[in-house]
Amino acid sequence: MKNGLVIDVSGLTKKFGGRTVVNNFDLAVPRGAIYGFLGPNGSGKTTTIRMVCGLLKPDDGAGKVLGFDVRTEASAIKERVGYMTQRFSLYEDLSIRENLEFIARLYSLDHLRDRVEASLKSLGLTDRAKQLAGKLSGGWKQRLALAACMIHEPELLLLDEPTAGVDPKARRDFWDAIRDYSAEGVTTLVSTHYMDEAVQCDRIAFIAYGEKLIDAPTADIPDLVGLSAWRIEAGDLDAATKRLKTAGGYDVLARFGAAIHLAGRDGAALKRALDTLEGLDRLSATPIAAGLEEAFIYLMAGAADNFAADNFAAGDLKTGNFTPGDPANAAQARGVT
Amino acid sequence: MISLSRVLAVFMKELVQMRRDRPTFAIMILVPIMQLTLFGFAIDTDPRNLPTAVELRDDGPLTRSLLASMRQSGYFKIVAQVSTDEEGESLLRSGAVSFLIVIPENFEKEFVRGERPQLLIAADASDPVAAAGPVAAVNEIARRAFAPELERLPKTLRGGAPPFEAVIHRQYNPAGETSMNIVPGLLGIILTMTLIMVTSIALTREVERGTIEALLSTPVRAGEIMIGKTTPYILIGVVQTAIVLVAARLVFSVPFMGDPAPFLLALLLFIFTNLMLGYLISTLARTQMQAMQMTFFIFLPSILLSGFMFPFAAMPKWAQAIGEALPITHFLRVVREVMLKGAGFAEIRDDVWPIGIILTVLAFAALARFRRTLD
Repeated sequence: MKNGLVIDVSGLTKKFGGRTVVNNFDLAVPRGAIYGFLGPNGSGKTTTIRMVCGLLKPDDGAGKVLGFDVRTEASAIKERVGYMTQRFSLYEDLSIRENLEFIARLYSLDHLRDRVEASLKSLGLTDRAKQLAGKLSGGWKQRLALAACMIHEPELLLLDEPTAGVDPKARRDFWDAIRDYSAEGVTTLVSTHYMDEAVQCDRIAFIAYGEKLIDAPTADIPDLVGLSAWRIEAGDLDAATKRLKTAGGYDVLARFGAAIHLAGRDGAALKRALDTLEGLDRLSATPIAAGLEEAFIYLMAGAADNFAADNFAAGDLKTGNFTPGDPANAAQARGVT
Repeated sequence: MISLSRVLAVFMKELVQMRRDRPTFAIMILVPIMQLTLFGFAIDTDPRNLPTAVELRDDGPLTRSLLASMRQSGYFKIVAQVSTDEEGESLLRSGAVSFLIVIPENFEKEFVRGERPQLLIAADASDPVAAAGPVAAVNEIARRAFAPELERLPKTLRGGAPPFEAVIHRQYNPAGETSMNIVPGLLGIILTMTLIMVTSIALTREVERGTIEALLSTPVRAGEIMIGKTTPYILIGVVQTAIVLVAARLVFSVPFMGDPAPFLLALLLFIFTNLMLGYLISTLARTQMQAMQMTFFIFLPSILLSGFMFPFAAMPKWAQAIGEALPITHFLRVVREVMLKGAGFAEIRDDVWPIGIILTVLAFAALARFRRTLD
């Protein structure tokens, strides 16, 4: 493998019926990394993952996954990749054990029973082995799905929104498991639109409208987005919120417990909005370093739903013309000026 | 290159799913029993005891003898006696009776004089199949009824034309052969119906439930899925065949004259061909509903053009060509020849190899249609 890259693809493009879902996508993922795909619904995350694991044939682009050609050696890739689908896609009319045995047989694994037992044990599913998969709750289904895609000890894990609809405790357990795998050298590519999942990743690619807009180590994201941020406390936070909304000029307004975090790319406009708060009881406004949270809220708010706005030009965010939450932008997205 | 482990994986999975899907499993076993009952008992193309009205404008020993014979034949059940044409017509029109038999005035006198009087039979022809048998039988019934009278007639009137005239439709021979012919034919129909139906959703079900995504993300190959998904149902086909054959023997007294070995060969080939036809449908259909519709699209010619319902030789050339392309046409010939005529391998060979060709074509078409990606 060149440069120790597990995924090394460039120019991946996929069209469905004339609509470009993924456009000219480059991706380089080093061994052992936990790499996050962040982006709104319909931004092309699932399509990209499917192209990486050989489930979709790219219309254009080339590259290697685990050293195998992504276009011509899909079978070899499939044998070494574990793919956890967004929707539960194991058999609901088979028991947990039967599902695992089925998958293990498809990978022609030796010591089948031992492996299945070990897998059941490591995920705490032993007691439920005979239960039908369809009768499991969301968290257990997701554990089963992870067990199934790990049973052949893949070198690369592809997880498509793995914890959607799962309670926080189960989500934390899930991520602990992913961290353990990562420590063993397994590379993980995970798509999500949850902030608390994104912060678990070493590196993040932000995708919107089929294009990769940001690709950076997680810690660098706030600087890249370039937000100024303030922490505001006041006796009456509702009144403060109302005044700020009237004033505008910010990109992110979010309640964090007993404080408001206000952030925006235009520092001067932000200051003007803060000025309108003068006279509020027990007011304190302190500049803070914009964190990941603010950056993600900013990014996700910018492209709430990519299915709704086909005509949006993805270059806007790169050039800085893109202002999330601005009505003018919404009009622009619909091709109206 | 096919991995036995992966074929086995799909095979075992299908077996478990089949066992869990109780309603479908029950239907597969109940269909043969239901069809046998329907076609073997309820649907009788040689009906008996049809309601009949008589209008007697003449009365005498000949007439009484005729009516007695008609009752005895089992075809006619005389339920009404009318005195006018209108009365008889209205009974017939309302469906209260299926036949109206009119003995004209002076029938006895003219009969004895050798003037060949007319015996009028009005049949409710809205169901031509129901009417055909009794109508065809009437002539013979009348001839037998009048036989003792004929003996007494002058020699000049015996032999030659019968001494009366009746409307005759010789559409088919009402010799009671239907169950002999239908029960072996039913075997082909049952296997076609159930096996195509069950595999036609083999892949569409995976697509609709979303399980295809997990399946395709593994290294499993098209041929492995195809074999693994179809072969479990061979067992079902064999069980269905056993049910039909046992019923044929015990209930319908249909003999099994021929050699079981060539029959078994043709049977397995035919079962596998139907499964493959269903599987091909499942590679074409996008939803289970579409798969069902395509399955019914196959049923119609299978029932009508295979020689099951209508004599194959009597069909026009184009219909015969369609029939020859259907696996069931060849299988029906094999079954009837083996069961009823005691044919051996040499006689059925010409109908076994076409099934083999159809099977090969279907398997390659299904493999060509199968997509290993979600595109």
